[in-house]
Amino acid sequence: MTDVFRPRRFAAMLVKESLQIARDPSTFLIAFALPMLLLFLFGYGINLDTARSRIGLVITDHSEAAHSLAGSYQTSKWFDVVTTGAVSQLSRDLVGGRISGIVVIPDGFGRLVAQGGGTIQVLTDGAAPNTANFIAAYAEGVRATWAAARAGDRGTAKPPPIQTDPRYWFDPELKSRYNLVPGSIAVVMTMVGTLLTALVIAREWERGTMEAIMATPLGMAEFIATKVVPYFLLGLGSMTLCAVLAVTVFGVPFRGSPLALIVIASVFLFPALGQGLLISALTKNQFVASQVALLSAFLPTLLLSGFLFEISSMPVPIQAITYLVPSRYLIPQLQTVFIAGDDWGLFVPDMAVLLGFGMAFFALTVRATLRRIA
Amino acid sequence: MAEPVATAHALTKRFAGQASPALDGVSISIAPGRMTGLIGPDGAGKTTLIRILAGLIDPDQGTATVFGQPATATDRSMIGYMPQRFGLYEDLSVMENLRLYADLRGLAPSERQASFDRLLDFTDLRRFTTRLAGQLSGGMKQKLGLACAMVRAPRLLLLDEPGVGVDPVSRRELWQMVKDLASDGIGVLWSTAYLDEAEKCDSVTLLSEGKAIYDGPPQTLTDAIKGRVIRIAVPGEGRRVALQHALDNPAIIDGTVQGDALRLMVRADTPVPDAKALGLAPGSVIEPARPRFEDAFIDLLGGGPSGTSDLARHYRVIPDTHRPAIVAEGLTRRFGTFVAADAISFTVPRGQIFGLLGPNGAGKSTTFKMLCGLLTPSTGSGSVAGIDLRRAKADARQALGYMAQKFSLYGDLSVRQNLNFFAGTYGLSGARARDAIEQAIAIFHLERYLGTNAGTMPLGFKQRLALACAVLHQPPVLFLDEPTSGVDPLVRREFWTHINGMVEKGVTVLVTTHFMDEAEYCDRATLIYRARQIATGTPDELKAMAGKADATMEDAFVALIEASDLHRDAA
Repeated sequence: MTDVFRPRRFAAMLVKESLQIARDPSTFLIAFALPMLLLFLFGYGINLDTARSRIGLVITDHSEAAHSLAGSYQTSKWFDVVTTGAVSQLSRDLVGGRISGIVVIPDGFGRLVAQGGGTIQVLTDGAAPNTANFIAAYAEGVRATWAAARAGDRGTAKPPPIQTDPRYWFDPELKSRYNLVPGSIAVVMTMVGTLLTALVIAREWERGTMEAIMATPLGMAEFIATKVVPYFLLGLGSMTLCAVLAVTVFGVPFRGSPLALIVIASVFLFPALGQGLLISALTKNQFVASQVALLSAFLPTLLLSGFLFEISSMPVPIQAITYLVPSRYLIPQLQTVFIAGDDWGLFVPDMAVLLGFGMAFFALTVRATLRRIA
Repeated sequence: MAEPVATAHALTKRFAGQASPALDGVSISIAPGRMTGLIGPDGAGKTTLIRILAGLIDPDQGTATVFGQPATATDRSMIGYMPQRFGLYEDLSVMENLRLYADLRGLAPSERQASFDRLLDFTDLRRFTTRLAGQLSGGMKQKLGLACAMVRAPRLLLLDEPGVGVDPVSRRELWQMVKDLASDGIGVLWSTAYLDEAEKCDSVTLLSEGKAIYDGPPQTLTDAIKGRVIRIAVPGEGRRVALQHALDNPAIIDGTVQGDALRLMVRADTPVPDAKALGLAPGSVIEPARPRFEDAFIDLLGGGPSGTSDLARHYRVIPDTHRPAIVAEGLTRRFGTFVAADAISFTVPRGQIFGLLGPNGAGKSTTFKMLCGLLTPSTGSGSVAGIDLRRAKADARQALGYMAQKFSLYGDLSVRQNLNFFAGTYGLSGARARDAIEQAIAIFHLERYLGTNAGTMPLGFKQRLALACAVLHQPPVLFLDEPTSGVDPLVRREFWTHINGMVEKGVTVLVTTHFMDEAEYCDRATLIYRARQIATGTPDELKAMAGKADATMEDAFVALIEASDLHRDAA
């Protein structure tokens, strides 16, 4: 490239690109509307459990213990006791889906409790196995908590043999949101960095403006830079929007520093933009570019980055593939910076990998973007 | 002569997947202060040559030199380049586009205002500086494209088909603008498929299938055929038959209909035949005509086709129903508040050619689509072959053959598969389909391409295949939307031979064209401008409206459009 860098040329292209971004409604949609949609979807829509399950309660024992346990169900934050009565009545509600389970406190429960035991019956709808397991586990959990509290109150020297369901310690609702919201920031930055960038250069080819631009003294490195800078800023902008929403609307804790978040996002945008540039340089067509960007960036980020699905539970060959997905190295950083705090020891190795990806993408892009039409 | 600003020597370029090279040993020289024309039909290699000079394509062989440097490493700020699609950012305003290109070409800030003022006056775009480029008309986009290419006075101006698709008025204005610029010492390369533009260049390079078949002043070429072009008035109905007879005479190598006259070219070193030898009425006056560049081009290519159309020879005779074949009555189509066609009315009797003329976007295609039953009119009615469009669209469509403007066959099917498919869609089967297809293959010389994907054929063959598919079922009415756009003059001649022949069998033809000289073939034509009919009549009547002797159809067109604009401004 014989052309030297000229600040005025560069500034003119930046102005042009900014005007185009400002005037193109699709840019706004992808950079701001889509992130909000994704956040709300992952924050509210995709919930791995039902927060308060509607159950029926059947009490055939009239001991004080039975009523005390019934009270625990009534006040539990997991259950909404909507009805009481006989099993035969409630079973119709269960079959009809009006309630998700029936907890039966059987005859003689009080006597068994006094002897250090006491069991309950949980009836669930096996046609919805996830819900059934959930109700069974939580119903048992409530009972176990009740039993423990009761033992503590009485100061029983010998605690009753309590079976504690380990699931009790999980907090599925909070956990999924804590993970999903930072994870969706990765998806959003992939969309802005890769999809949007891939589209804008392909558009220059499609509309014939690339040809006119290439015939001016503008250097190809300058051209690429004028595409990178605005979309880098746009990517940081949507990331900031997501982070603010995550903290204010979804109550996700933010224990790290804003600086760390910006550094993490910036480093990730490097390979994301590089991938977008490479796609558009190779396809030169908006439709193909968007398909390639969705398949090579969006879907892997969604499915293979550990954001929705645990990488450790994937088959080994798939796990191997995840090492090629840049966002895989971003998700742990984001989760850490939000939930745990700044941990540069964890960040730096992941950042190094992302920078490696970025350099590879840019090197390939420079090779593919010659100042030639054919 | 001054040192040329750009030269190309023996350029050869072959693209992957193409059978023949796009350029094959082409040389060109662009002198300062002159208009150099790069002339040739679509696919001749014009764009490839311009892109090589702009440093956007590397040739396989040969060298391109601009300002004494290799084209890929020269001072790009001194080149003004307007690609075929103008290179404008449609979502930026006129002024923003100008500013962008001013900065990219390194125009000094102190000179900026002066340059903008000059170009905005020049292009008459001052009123539109805040309008987005995407909302400009085609002609205005072209002028803005030119302004962007010129924003820093270049030494070399490369214009890739600046006149295509624009109405003749804008085309003339653009020409004048560039001509003025050239006189300031700029070397201009103007590429075009319009042969009439070639005549006005200082020097031309004529490309055909990647080869330069002529290089020099256009005058030399037309002078060479001086005395061989004749004009014969043929009053009345018989001019199509007369042309056919004349073209079948071995002494005549080319001929066209010009309103109520024939224009013929005599073979070199052959005496001009008399009226009797040409099968014309005794006493017909044979007068010499001024040779045109197109005549010279056809002479270079070895002359046009003979007068008899095999297609027409095999065509059935369309029975006369004593009813008009095509009727349009007040056809109007609105899209929201935009009126695309406003009260279009005309009647075409059986066995005539009717032309719809007008610039792009005037409403020709909208009218066409309404008559094909592809678009429902907002108001008005129409019939084709006696079938009311509102009642029986499907029947009306069966009665017509339709050749769409853009290549609308299946590019990834072979030629034979396309023919089979269209035979099927028109309800031909068994022996009838087989016969029709075999005939089409023979008539249009498609044998060597039968197994080839239609999309990869040269443009001339694509158009031939499109016409073949449109007439497989021998319809009584034929709709041709820009049938000869971009093809070389020989293929155009061949098409008109077929069309004239079919019309003699009673076929009725509705045709759109932006080649004004082709309008001469029409029995009658209507000029559509801004959705309205501004003039209707025979070609000679339309030419008479131009108000000057020896006017061409294009003169008529320009005069009528200017009168319409004047009327509009006054209203």
